[in-house]
Amino acid sequence: MRAEASIMHLDLDAFFASVEQRDKPSLRGKPVVVGGIGPRGVVSTASYEARVHGVRSAMRTTEARARCPHAAFLGGRFDAYREASRIVMDRLREESPLVEPLSLDEAFVDLAAGDDFDPARVRDQVERLRADVERLTGGLTASVGVASSKLMAKIASELEKPAGSFVVAPGSEQELLGPMQVTAIPGVGPATAERLRRVGITTVEELHGPSQDELARLLGNASGTSLYRLARADDARPVVAERETKSVSVEDTFETDVTDRAQLQLVAERMARRVAARLASHGLSGRTVTLKVRHHDFETHTRSTTLAGPTDSAALLADTARALLAQTDLGGGLRLLGVGVSGLADWVQDDLFGASAPEEPDDDVPEAYEPEVPRWYPGMDASHDEHGDGWVWGAGLGRVTVRFETRHTPPGPVHTFRADDPALHAGHRGPDTTEAPGTFAS
Amino acid sequence: MRFRIERDALADAVAWTARSLPHRPSVPVLAGLLVETGPDGLTLSGFDYETSTRATLPAEVIDDGRVLVSGRLLAEIVKSLPNKPVELTLDGTKVALTCGASRFSLQTLPVEEYPQLPTMPSSSGTVKSDEFAQAVAQAGAAAGRDEMLPLLTGIRLEMEGSTISLMATDRFRASLRDVVWAPEQNDVTAHALVPARVLTDTAKSLVSGSDVTIAIATGDTGDGLIGFEGTVGTGTRRTTTRLLEGDFPRVRQLFATQGETVAYVATQSLVEAVRRVSLVAERNTPVRLTFSDGSLLLEAGSGDEAQASESIEATIEGPDISIGFNPSYLLEGLSVMQEPVVHLAFTQHTKPAALAGVPEVGAVPDFAFRYLIMPVRLQS
Repeated sequence: MRAEASIMHLDLDAFFASVEQRDKPSLRGKPVVVGGIGPRGVVSTASYEARVHGVRSAMRTTEARARCPHAAFLGGRFDAYREASRIVMDRLREESPLVEPLSLDEAFVDLAAGDDFDPARVRDQVERLRADVERLTGGLTASVGVASSKLMAKIASELEKPAGSFVVAPGSEQELLGPMQVTAIPGVGPATAERLRRVGITTVEELHGPSQDELARLLGNASGTSLYRLARADDARPVVAERETKSVSVEDTFETDVTDRAQLQLVAERMARRVAARLASHGLSGRTVTLKVRHHDFETHTRSTTLAGPTDSAALLADTARALLAQTDLGGGLRLLGVGVSGLADWVQDDLFGASAPEEPDDDVPEAYEPEVPRWYPGMDASHDEHGDGWVWGAGLGRVTVRFETRHTPPGPVHTFRADDPALHAGHRGPDTTEAPGTFAS
Repeated sequence: MRFRIERDALADAVAWTARSLPHRPSVPVLAGLLVETGPDGLTLSGFDYETSTRATLPAEVIDDGRVLVSGRLLAEIVKSLPNKPVELTLDGTKVALTCGASRFSLQTLPVEEYPQLPTMPSSSGTVKSDEFAQAVAQAGAAAGRDEMLPLLTGIRLEMEGSTISLMATDRFRASLRDVVWAPEQNDVTAHALVPARVLTDTAKSLVSGSDVTIAIATGDTGDGLIGFEGTVGTGTRRTTTRLLEGDFPRVRQLFATQGETVAYVATQSLVEAVRRVSLVAERNTPVRLTFSDGSLLLEAGSGDEAQASESIEATIEGPDISIGFNPSYLLEGLSVMQEPVVHLAFTQHTKPAALAGVPEVGAVPDFAFRYLIMPVRLQS
């Protein structure tokens, strides 16, 4: 723990839902739920308007629909989230080189590692930063906590959420933390809280009662020891700048369990190609290929193989993933399949025969299994030759309804098309869809 | 069965035969070494269903017979015996071995359960043993070691008239070596894919005689088989092994392209420089070679990790080039080059590079041995 409040935690408010509301003017001020929209979907993010109705992250989408039937239920647009996240993280790196992203919408920053850090003026710094984030991202708000440790910074960022900040004065940590519920401490979930409740502990202050040994006996060695310290706001964990990428992977939960091996082979192959594309876009290659399967009963296995040298070849990764799947028992069907590559390198050992072999002859095969028209899902970007850019409002029964509006337009009109309308395309066509930093008027 | 023999001759033959016995035999009798005595003297044989070895050597035979004993135990015993005559006698179900004051009694294995050894096919021709061993070692440098790809663990022999071409590839490098032989028929064309490990061991063990007989039975009737026979000391050694099946990649056509940049470098300096620089190349990360201005710059390591570089003299014809290689692929090829200078030919940094040994700078390679390496593509 430091003598001054110099560790910052920044959390973007209802991040995915906010990006959707930004890009879909007609949804501003309305309940929006982003997540899996299929029968097995889980809520990723709910807008504050939806939270009023009791919709929460990680809730099953079917339950969210029951609680808030009038919300817009949207599948995610990860390219848009990644782009917004990149803008925010870049801005954070201007404060300090020590930025530790926890996810797309959350990061720790060690302000003390930045130039000219002045603990006396940290409030000004935070407000300037929050204003910049909102301006640079076109309207996304962030909540910020600053404290002497990671633990307290994270807790502080919750206190004035959304669109607020809280600076924990050094020395006041225990006072602030004491009355809080034990679940305020990151890592204390419902199970741990329940165990503590049975021995009469509900607040952090009450955690000061038992000795470290008693807590270790109650919760297990690692979590008991760690909780003993965290309850005393004793947290010396440093902010660690972004680690190197260790692996690249793609996985997907199926809407219904898949038992058909041929179909799974195609899915695995397509995933391997997506992994290859992601490797290539980062200038990476990988040597170890891992296949992850989750059976219908949630039993999860991984199986991996190491190649002679790192590769970024889509064909080789697809062959390897298929071979791994061929060795896998499908049991009663799979609910999830994933393909990943680790052992990353920035070089590729090419094959002598790769160049002379016919260029991926089986490349067309998976295409035959693709639907002939793009799969439309609510929330995805779409464009029409006449009406311009918009987003899919609903789809089904061979029809697609699109609302024609973007973040730069007022709320727009709705039109319905046949799903195979040749004038209708996935994605945006407009010039300012992939905004470069600095294209916003400041 | 009973015979008497000098310890050195026996130890040598037992060690050679026992070396090819399986470590984990699929059936217990395959751990055995078959000892036979007859009018030809002493014959020792081993077999693992893939490869058979047979050493025949003169011995003082007192009684004819055959017996099967644990190969590994016999080899260890014989190796540690004093240099005195050894006598082996079958006595009931045991073999008694005496040498000087040492006496051993060994269990026998059921000889009647021992499989029939494959018969040596009829001779296809002969080759000088030392040239053959060198050719096999050179070609074998590019052979694969991944048992998941058995096809690539072989060395392909292509017989065309008086030339045998040996070639191998593990997909990342390839080798091609021509050697002259004396075929039984002058217009012979044949080919065989022989496990590289067996071929290398066999060729190496037959160098003490002058010639090696090669006998191929291509798999028209059942599995293909190849046999090698040579003389060692006063005896003969014979190995047969099952051929690998499958379509071997077309290695020869890889060597067709002409180099745009040609460089000559002293073989030994290059080997030493690669070895030093690659100390910082963990897990065979690449070594970068830059040919420019009469010198070759070798670099390895990157970013935050250890780095190394070294510059050596090179004679360069054609445009400058910078190209990356897996250092072990370079070293394994260079280590089987006999000549003092290596001739390197490149087209582009993404295309295979061809290495050949030459007697001096400026000499045109005779292409008796060529080694091709696919470079590493550096992403950054």
